[in-house]
Amino acid sequence: MAKAAIMARSATAGDGALADAGGPALRDDKDNSSNMNRREARQPRIAIADLAREAEAAQTVGDFTATDPVITVRGCNVWYGETHALRDINLDIGRNEVIALIGPSGCGKSTFIRCLNRMNDTIETARVSGEFRMHGEDIYDRKTDVVLLRARVGMVFQKPNPFPKSIYENVAYGPRLHGLAANRAELDEIVHSSLRRAGLWDEVKDRLEEPGTGLSGGQQQRLCIARTIAVSPEVILMDEPCSALDPIATARIEDLIDELSQNYAIAIVTHSMQQAARVSRRTAYFHLGRLVEVDATDKVFTNPGHKLTEDYVTGRFG
Amino acid sequence: MQFETLLLILVAMTVASFVLGRQRAVAVAGRCGGIRALHSLPKYYGYYAAICCALPGLALLLLWLGLADRVVVERVVDSLPAELRELPEAQRSLLVNDIKNIAAGQFVDPGKREELAVAAELYLSLKDSSRRILSGLIVLLGFVGFGWSWLRLRPELRARNRVESVARIGLALASTLAIFTTIGIVASVLFEALRFFDRIPVSEFLFGLTWSPQTALRADQVGSSGAFGAVPLFAGTALISLIAMTVALPIGLMTAIYLSEYASRRVRAWVKPALEVLAGVPTVVYGYFAALTVAPLLRGFGQSLGLDVASESALGAGLVMGIMIIPFVSSLSDDVINAVPQAMRDGSLGLGATHSETIKRVVIPAALPGIVGGALLAVSRAIGETMIVVMAAGLAANLTVNPLEAVTTVTVQIVTLLVGDQEFDSAKTLAAFALGLVLFVVTLLLNIIALQVVRRYREQYE
Repeated sequence: MAKAAIMARSATAGDGALADAGGPALRDDKDNSSNMNRREARQPRIAIADLAREAEAAQTVGDFTATDPVITVRGCNVWYGETHALRDINLDIGRNEVIALIGPSGCGKSTFIRCLNRMNDTIETARVSGEFRMHGEDIYDRKTDVVLLRARVGMVFQKPNPFPKSIYENVAYGPRLHGLAANRAELDEIVHSSLRRAGLWDEVKDRLEEPGTGLSGGQQQRLCIARTIAVSPEVILMDEPCSALDPIATARIEDLIDELSQNYAIAIVTHSMQQAARVSRRTAYFHLGRLVEVDATDKVFTNPGHKLTEDYVTGRFG
Repeated sequence: MQFETLLLILVAMTVASFVLGRQRAVAVAGRCGGIRALHSLPKYYGYYAAICCALPGLALLLLWLGLADRVVVERVVDSLPAELRELPEAQRSLLVNDIKNIAAGQFVDPGKREELAVAAELYLSLKDSSRRILSGLIVLLGFVGFGWSWLRLRPELRARNRVESVARIGLALASTLAIFTTIGIVASVLFEALRFFDRIPVSEFLFGLTWSPQTALRADQVGSSGAFGAVPLFAGTALISLIAMTVALPIGLMTAIYLSEYASRRVRAWVKPALEVLAGVPTVVYGYFAALTVAPLLRGFGQSLGLDVASESALGAGLVMGIMIIPFVSSLSDDVINAVPQAMRDGSLGLGATHSETIKRVVIPAALPGIVGGALLAVSRAIGETMIVVMAAGLAANLTVNPLEAVTTVTVQIVTLLVGDQEFDSAKTLAAFALGLVLFVVTLLLNIIALQVVRRYREQYE
């Protein structure tokens, strides 16, 4: 419902902007076409192109550094083939903080977090540049062990993706891979405590041998979170973890994120601004490959420093 | 009238009906406010008229072809002298054959020729009038059908829906044709096999250990006792299929994993078509390859190791058959591996698994049912494969598990039993049908199991 309303509003806002921006936008559009994505340039959505120009001119508003950073990113650029997906992103992720990444579809939020555990390596056409450091070590250094990195920077995906194995085996998968348990008893302990911390233990303790795919959507997503924390990561990246879930399951996951933030740094991509406001301490607003604004969540939602952010959080487009 | 002329006339009438029906539809439409007033487009009225014209005639033609000859023969037999008419069934049918041969102008014993001349003449004239009646009726039905459609043609006539339903019936008939043919094949094999089991007990056939199908034509012949224990054939088939699968399954699976998980798009664009070419090589060519290249190689290699390899060994045939099946296994496995959702791989990679660990622990287990299904289909191909084993596996029905010896398979024996001059009521020939039945049942069961497995696998992700 809410989303539909936002879309309806954005349509009218777009029309208004189109009427305002009129001719000059068209001309500027032509000038910019050399360094803009061709597909975007060809789209007749003048209003958006106009906003893009605005974003391009802007520096990131707010403070992108964190007091006690786990991960620091400077000058991050990503290309998918010819498409320039992320432009000059600087952002820190601090210890034990939840940072929400918001922005319209296709703005590069998911691309950004996939850089942090090098999941973009699996995409043939993706190219990444910039300086990524975790505790001062270069993430993209030739000597970095990608496998270890992904164990330290866990990831929860948009659609729950439990393996077609039993609940127990799903959680035990990571610890087994990395040899975290010396014997069955230790493995049991890891699995049980991970399920407890993911708030799933009471629901599944009697059926650990049943397939993980038989759980409900919300339970599957918590199973995926349990699976992720079983390898004791420092950072958990969440790519729209609730977008496939109903409101009750969503509320449970949000509670869980709140609890987990005591031990982990969490970066969560979300399309729900209410969710960002509820769970995060800082919020970063992305727009067409740029980081427009990053600041304390309260500030971003009540007193945004950039017009684009304001338009987005007040639902004028999205 | 010749049959071809009749068909030509029917086609011409049908085309004319189409044109006239269409024109009339346009004319009728003109009277009541243009084509928009018609229920259907004018061409559908044309189709409707054409169907009304041709279909009754075609139905009659089919019926006539089935029944006319029987009626004519009955009339001819009735006209024969009483002593010929009273002959037993088998001899009477011989007599009818003679009459037909005389009518067709073929050579018949001169004595008989005189005796049956009258009957042959009657047969010819009856045939002729039958054909003339048929032609007349078909043309008449064509006119009646067309006239009916002409009278019924009004703007409200739902010609489009009528044509649709006729088309549907036509499609349904086409699809059942293959099924009925299969049923016919099974029935013919089954009945011949039952005749075989009248002579040789089923238990002896299924569990006997000696296969020597040469039966004596005369009582004083030696060395042709005729033993129909098919176990050596089953064992040979199983051995060769096993060798083939040992080659095809790992290589095919590894090919599929490489192609779907590791190969770049350019490599895939080259290798996949190349594999499909391999699948398109006629099995006879594989047969040459097995008999002329692989078998001597194996023999030479065996000699250098001090092993005695038969020049027609199970190993040679099995290896080549395995190579033949590789594309089969790899393309089926490739499909199921590609069907494993990318989210599974991402989940595993995101937990810090390497690419090969992901394949081993997530992708292959997830794809396993599909791979098993594909392998079972490949086995049923191996069991039914004929040309390679005919050329490379030999004829000796040895009961052995030694792959270096010659063995024979069910398909090879079917071929040898039915090649050459045969009497179709000896146990030797009928044995081929019993073997065919076994082959059919086994491959059918394998296919059913495989399809079941594959189907259950599909449900898991959709």
